[in-house]
Amino acid sequence: MLKDQDRIFQNLYNDLGPDLTSSQKRGDWVNTKEITDKGRDWIINEIKESQLRGRGGAGFPTGLKWSFAPKEVGSRPHYLVINGDESEPGTCKDRDILRFEPHKLIEGCLIASYAIQAHVCYIYIRGEYFVDGQKLQAAIDEAYEKKLLGKNAAGTGWDLDIYIHYGAGAYICGEETALLESIEGKKGQPRLKPPFPALIGLYGCPTIINNVETIAVVPTILRRGGKWFASLGREKNTGTKIFCISGNVNNPCNVEEEMNIPLKELIEVHAGGVIGGWDNLQAVIPGGSSMPLIPKDKCETLTMDFDSLMAEKSGLGTAGVVVINKDQDIIKCMARIARFYKHESCGQCTPCREGSGWMWRMLERMAKGEASKDEIDMLGDVTKQIEGHTICAFGEGSSWPVQGLLRHFKDEIKKRNKFDPIVKENKNIPYLVDQHLLDKNA
Amino acid sequence: MSLRRPAKNQPENFEFNPSSLEAAKSIVAKYPEGKQQSAVMALLYIAQKQNDNWIPLAAMKYIAKFLNMPYIKVYEVATFYSMYNLSPVGKYFVQVCTTTPCMIRGANKLVEACKEKISENESVLSNDKTCSWMEVECLGACVNAPMMQINDDYYEDLDKEKTLKILDKILNGEKPTPGSYRGRINNEPENNRKTLMDFKNA
Repeated sequence: MLKDQDRIFQNLYNDLGPDLTSSQKRGDWVNTKEITDKGRDWIINEIKESQLRGRGGAGFPTGLKWSFAPKEVGSRPHYLVINGDESEPGTCKDRDILRFEPHKLIEGCLIASYAIQAHVCYIYIRGEYFVDGQKLQAAIDEAYEKKLLGKNAAGTGWDLDIYIHYGAGAYICGEETALLESIEGKKGQPRLKPPFPALIGLYGCPTIINNVETIAVVPTILRRGGKWFASLGREKNTGTKIFCISGNVNNPCNVEEEMNIPLKELIEVHAGGVIGGWDNLQAVIPGGSSMPLIPKDKCETLTMDFDSLMAEKSGLGTAGVVVINKDQDIIKCMARIARFYKHESCGQCTPCREGSGWMWRMLERMAKGEASKDEIDMLGDVTKQIEGHTICAFGEGSSWPVQGLLRHFKDEIKKRNKFDPIVKENKNIPYLVDQHLLDKNA
Repeated sequence: MSLRRPAKNQPENFEFNPSSLEAAKSIVAKYPEGKQQSAVMALLYIAQKQNDNWIPLAAMKYIAKFLNMPYIKVYEVATFYSMYNLSPVGKYFVQVCTTTPCMIRGANKLVEACKEKISENESVLSNDKTCSWMEVECLGACVNAPMMQINDDYYEDLDKEKTLKILDKILNGEKPTPGSYRGRINNEPENNRKTLMDFKNA
């Protein structure tokens, strides 16, 4: 288990209070000026050396992302945007940072803004987190009062204003370009890339977008050194991560742990074990709903990091671990996830808008055992037609969980759905014009 | 995608009251000059709060004029985002999360409780017109499942009995305390905490 002094979020359970004075006791805002005095290149290099990968789901190296920002500010200002539109089912880590460690985030915003030369930072928070957003706003107000933000923020000589922008219940706004559209006051429909936001982003200006957790760990990395962060976890999957363990476990919780921790340890030690014992485990969704599930036999030895989960054809995503035990109907669980995606598709690309509904309807029927044999392969076919044929990664996010189900629980579906294909039954199908095709003698 | 339609009975006029107007002006100031359209989401939210939790078409027209943008653009935003209610939902708007992490911990019991106390079908006002409920997608409190949101507040770690009690309170016009209903503190593992113990005991 990770040592307590190596935990970045010391106040994850709010034992100490989220206010400025107690945050300063934990080491926030202590020597911000010393950090920025070392210069932009030093900051970006240190982040690169720490091998920090974005905590929002895609796992893109943060230092590399920052280095995409233009070196000189041209006629257009630079922006920093923080993605706090946490809506992935199974994930609730950013909420705790907003509530209990707001000053880590605000200090991180200042350092990141300095590194990419932004004077304005927008924090996009999902609308449902209104109360948590107000807590962050209180922390921002406190920081302004103590001159940690505004003109010459924290004595660094850098001016920074932070504004909160609330979303209004659209999962798709967690996609970075949809998020920018949303801040611009439009429907949250993703943009085509390229151009990438680092060059043409918010209001057409260079914009760097990072997850709440990514930015909140930056000050600690710079204080303790990139080498310290890189010493945790393993090569290319370094540092610590907040894991959210939900579902059928005895003690669902959020916990900060080292990357590459065994899944079994996470569930057995921190979450108090699976309800009904380890043998009652059916499957685990390792990284939020859009990552394919992993059946029990693989959970024994699985370690939680980006690359080892990728090797299992799944992904770490947001590290929202959903544990499903044998009391649950796995097909129904996935049908509900498909319904989530059907509801949240933005409607821009046809394969996703229509396909997400198809997948949901087929899975609902399969859960009830009303589908025919050929529909199982047809479902796999539909997922392949969505995946890779949409503007944003929502297409993958909605089809991967279904593919995961088909990969690992095909027998279960086959056992339940034994009907012959509809064309084999020689009956009158009202919507089929070419009835003669069903004629066996033809 | 979800299909959303505005209510049939629409009020004729809508105007921000003084406190909403002040809030709206401070929000517009957050964005660069000429980019006041960015404020549309926040303004719709203010209008919704002022107008008992729903947005009439008159409010969209008013906001379009306020921000100097086409009415259709405001309408697009209001119909796209699911948190804007386009028809009356009552003073207390109950949203029950039923996405998989909540579902496997018994969110359907919460739905049953809502059906018993508020109304048989979702998005239908209760008899006294003060309350309605609906199933929503993930509210982002998965380790506190099952949970529901009433107006801005989260009620977590629920079961049917606790939900019935909370609903009784709001139907009587009281405000129940938000947070966990199993007595646990935030997102820590109940009775099984293994980390940061020095702070817990301090």
